[in-house]
Amino acid sequence: MTDQLSNSERIQAGLARRYRAEKRFRLYGIIAVVLAVGFLAVMLSAIGARGFGAFYQTHASLEVTFDEELVKDKDWQGIVKVAMRKSFPDVKARRDKRKLYKLMSSGAGFDLQGMYKADPELLGQTRTVWLPTSDDIDMLMKGQIDRVLAEDDRRVSDKEITWVDQWIASDRIELQFNTRFFTGGDSREPELAGILGAVMGSLLSLTVCLALSFPLGVMTAVYLEEFAPKNKWTDIIEVNINNLAAVPSIVFGLLGLAMFLNFFGMPRSAPLVGGMVLALMTLPTIIIAGRAALRAVPPSIREAALGMGASPIQTVTHHVLPLAMPGMLTGTIIGMAQALGESAPLLMIGMVAFIVDVPAAFTDPATALPVQIYLWADSPERAFSERTSGAIIVLLGFLITMNIIAVFMRKSFERRW
Amino acid sequence: MELAIHTEVPESAPGLSVAASNPHKVTAKSVDVYYGDKQALKSINLDIPSNMVTALIGPSGCGKSTFLRCLNRMNDVVDGCRVEGEIKLDGENIYAKGVDVVHLRARVGMVFQKPNPFPKSIYDNVAYGPKIHGLARSRADMDEIVLNSLEKAGLLAEVRDRLDAPGTGLSGGQQQRLCIARAIAVEPEVILMDEPCSALDPIATAKIEELIDELKENYTIIMVTHSMQQAARVSQKTAFFHLGDLVEYGDTQGIFTNPKDERTQAYVTGRIG
Repeated sequence: MTDQLSNSERIQAGLARRYRAEKRFRLYGIIAVVLAVGFLAVMLSAIGARGFGAFYQTHASLEVTFDEELVKDKDWQGIVKVAMRKSFPDVKARRDKRKLYKLMSSGAGFDLQGMYKADPELLGQTRTVWLPTSDDIDMLMKGQIDRVLAEDDRRVSDKEITWVDQWIASDRIELQFNTRFFTGGDSREPELAGILGAVMGSLLSLTVCLALSFPLGVMTAVYLEEFAPKNKWTDIIEVNINNLAAVPSIVFGLLGLAMFLNFFGMPRSAPLVGGMVLALMTLPTIIIAGRAALRAVPPSIREAALGMGASPIQTVTHHVLPLAMPGMLTGTIIGMAQALGESAPLLMIGMVAFIVDVPAAFTDPATALPVQIYLWADSPERAFSERTSGAIIVLLGFLITMNIIAVFMRKSFERRW
Repeated sequence: MELAIHTEVPESAPGLSVAASNPHKVTAKSVDVYYGDKQALKSINLDIPSNMVTALIGPSGCGKSTFLRCLNRMNDVVDGCRVEGEIKLDGENIYAKGVDVVHLRARVGMVFQKPNPFPKSIYDNVAYGPKIHGLARSRADMDEIVLNSLEKAGLLAEVRDRLDAPGTGLSGGQQQRLCIARAIAVEPEVILMDEPCSALDPIATAKIEELIDELKENYTIIMVTHSMQQAARVSQKTAFFHLGDLVEYGDTQGIFTNPKDERTQAYVTGRIG
């Protein structure tokens, strides 16, 4: 029966099926995209919702007197204690008083010290200042501690809640922007912990990483792609570079530990070594991306330059490299973003230490953003889980910025041919 | 198989005797070219006179482009390519030890099949050769070289007011003339053209052909072409390649009107190819 159909009719009959298949395929694609975007949105909003709180910190208003004796003894926390007693005059028992002092952060004294340093005129004077409360009170204010729970099941006692409620009633406690989170180093106290130390550590490491891996990677890519003879040796090198890209990053950390620290005796926990280890990890990425970018340069450009009598080096530097640069830069930024998010190799070379000071030089002990996230996620204090998400937001912010820079650089370096 | 036919063919038409009197610019002596194990050219002997257009014709894969690229050693960069024999430019073997390829390519310019201007401005495209070879002493010098070259390539009138525009923005024919301007900016002695019109429309082709005809006053031109009409129109000498052999070489008119080899006859009359 089908024999009677003409070719045109047969094509006609098959058309519906073909279009259905096409529609189905497109639907699968859309489903995949929606799923991916959905998961991303869930992840980002979860992190955003949890981490947003880290950018705000509970502060209480206290009337502090820069008592001459206490200032002379440098007992800054003592000044806070005096102010607290003044705020709650009816608290008499020693145990209660000790509890009362714990409402405030143990770092509140440092704020006073800073104030005094900036203005020694304050001696003997009384000022109303906003000082950070302890992390438990912060959690209570942010609703992370359930007041309905039995007293034994929560970290804040009924008494403390009454005091806080007194503060709330008199408008002397509020959430303020947490500048310390962006300007401070790490701390054992969540309310004092900041991310600047980790950010600086990451920046210093990445600087070293970029300074090492970009020139080395570009030169390797150029040599392998443009100059190296194609033989067994270059094949072996190529296979090994590809393998290197797949090596788990912690192995690079072990290599760094064995080579840089144990053999060369370089400083532990230093961004210098961290950057070197990350460079090892980033190199294959840059080389592979660079070679792909070089291969994408049309051979006609090389021929044109060689035909004009340009030497091979001139051909590469004048024509091929500028055309391959956008691709190479994209590869480099992707590599850098990977390095920024990498924690495993840094653990091995000691960048996982608890470091309060913000590093200022390549040999200062430091930690890095992802390691800081890991450290905070590992801490038992409830407030640290909020900081963890806050740090993740900062890390993601850096990554997004880097990607935007990559796109921008690609656009501005791109030349059509 | 020795099939080279030198320029002193007694049968050549009397009107073309001028051609035979031109000195030989390029001479190839028993040139063999191998790509790996495959032999692409077999014992080629060819003398190319100066200030003439010599066309290399033949079916695809016959080795004519390979031969052309031997003349400025562009095959050096091809992996596994080996050239044996002797190619002399003004009596000097260009494959001898100590010959500088950069210098050779400055003397033997090349125009490719597909127009391949650099992704730079028109000015920079033409100025590139003089710049890397250090031919211009001043900015004014360079301006003169660029304008002269564009003028000679018949492009100046069209681009005079947009020298800073990208060379890749020109039309195909203009791009090819830009490539010719770029090649002649370093004042080469020989210009190699590898199917310079195959990517162009008939009008652009006509312009290029006209240009080639003018250029032969000052340069020795060797061009590969797939179009026999083009070979007949612009060349004075024609070499017919077939399967790696140089089958026949002589005055263009002779090749087209009175071919001596059967294969040449078959090709020029359109029976093979």
